[in-house]
Amino acid sequence: MLRDRECAAFTYHESGLTLLADLWPIVLLSLRVTGTALVISAVPGIVLGARLALRPVPGQRLIVLLIYTGMGLPPVVVGLAVYLFLSRSGPLGWLGWLFTPAAMVTAQTIIALPMTIGLTLTAVGAVDPNLRPQLRALGATPTQVMWAVLSEAWPGVLAAIVAAFGSIISEVGAVMLVGGNIEGQTRVLTTAIVLETRKGNFELALALGGVLLGLAFISNWLLLKLGQRR
Amino acid sequence: MTMAELFHLNHVRSVYGKRTVLDIADLSLSSGEFFALVGPSGAGKSTLLRLLNFLEAPTAGSLTFDGQPVPLHPPLSLFRRVTMVFQRPLLLQRSVRENVAYGLRVRGLPADERVEAMLERVGLKAFASQSAHKLSGGELQRAALARALVLDPDVLLLDEPTANLDPYNVGLIETIVREENQTRGITVVLVTHNVFQARRLAHRVGLLLEGRLVEVAPTETFFQSPRDPRTAAFVRGEMVY
Repeated sequence: MLRDRECAAFTYHESGLTLLADLWPIVLLSLRVTGTALVISAVPGIVLGARLALRPVPGQRLIVLLIYTGMGLPPVVVGLAVYLFLSRSGPLGWLGWLFTPAAMVTAQTIIALPMTIGLTLTAVGAVDPNLRPQLRALGATPTQVMWAVLSEAWPGVLAAIVAAFGSIISEVGAVMLVGGNIEGQTRVLTTAIVLETRKGNFELALALGGVLLGLAFISNWLLLKLGQRR
Repeated sequence: MTMAELFHLNHVRSVYGKRTVLDIADLSLSSGEFFALVGPSGAGKSTLLRLLNFLEAPTAGSLTFDGQPVPLHPPLSLFRRVTMVFQRPLLLQRSVRENVAYGLRVRGLPADERVEAMLERVGLKAFASQSAHKLSGGELQRAALARALVLDPDVLLLDEPTANLDPYNVGLIETIVREENQTRGITVVLVTHNVFQARRLAHRVGLLLEGRLVEVAPTETFFQSPRDPRTAAFVRGEMVY
């Protein structure tokens, strides 16, 4: 009986290590793909959103409408469009990106970009417009005024980044289509959950789900801390 | 005190759409003077202040500063000689100290000693590290005054700086502004609804009605023996349009 318990303990320990070994590359790839897409979308997104809020352009209403429409784009539709562009017969097939992390980053960037632009525009637009002439009256240049306004809007801009992160790390349609869910190459948290659930491998699926929830929790906590005022 | 001409407005007009909000035939402001501008709401007083602060250009006419015509896009060096305290001051979501230091920082100037001295002067030293958004109305106005004065401007424009403040804050702000004008020779243009305040502080007073300067006179002349009957009516507290 003691021998049976020892065997059971050893098997349990080994299966735990196996679980971790399966989990880790998937988590790392998810963070790499989503992180890259977030950085690529956040930089122009914040700049464009702030620019539109601070200096409206002709056709602003139409542009804002398009941005808000983009925020509601179904990820699987984005995946389909990217797939068609990157497929061998598509205009960008020569890149050879289909079924690689590059294609997944492309799709997630397209999903995240309207969100970062739109929410940044809202956050910066919410800063009292009377602040700008007051800062100018203190001798600030237009660029310095813009930085000060962005600083005032920072919690809203951070919220835009959090929202974009949450949206793209949890989407499955686009990355499944353009990544192909290839083990060791394009398998991320969401696509792995789908696969492992279908295989009946609930232990791993639940662990992956737990990691996804944990990532969402940690990112929100970090950004809340960053967004706290001095 | 030097009384050389600092500002000169010649047939200056500001038109918004179809509405002429300001039509100044001729106005000169001298260096070191304390000029009060009174008039009913909507008369164009704030518009005039924005012109003097180079925040907007007149639609027509000429504005000169220190003998030179003010270009459509004034250089930063000119811009920074004038500063303004607005009727509803807006401070950044930072500490009081950082707000007072803001103008110095954008100029790349060291902040510490000047800021501390100014905080002491306006009675806000105890609040220096506190968030500016926790200040009361009077404290906020004093912080706004401090962040303007710490820049040592040539011209200080004040848009109803003591509206809705209690007597203590009114007295403190008036004392500081008067001292700045008398000891440092800062040119002050004060927009106020409070004719008594104008009488207390200003060397000259101007009455603005519907965008036009009805009368500009030395303070005692303005109040004791105004030339224009509308000025007399305004000083008596009657509605004048």
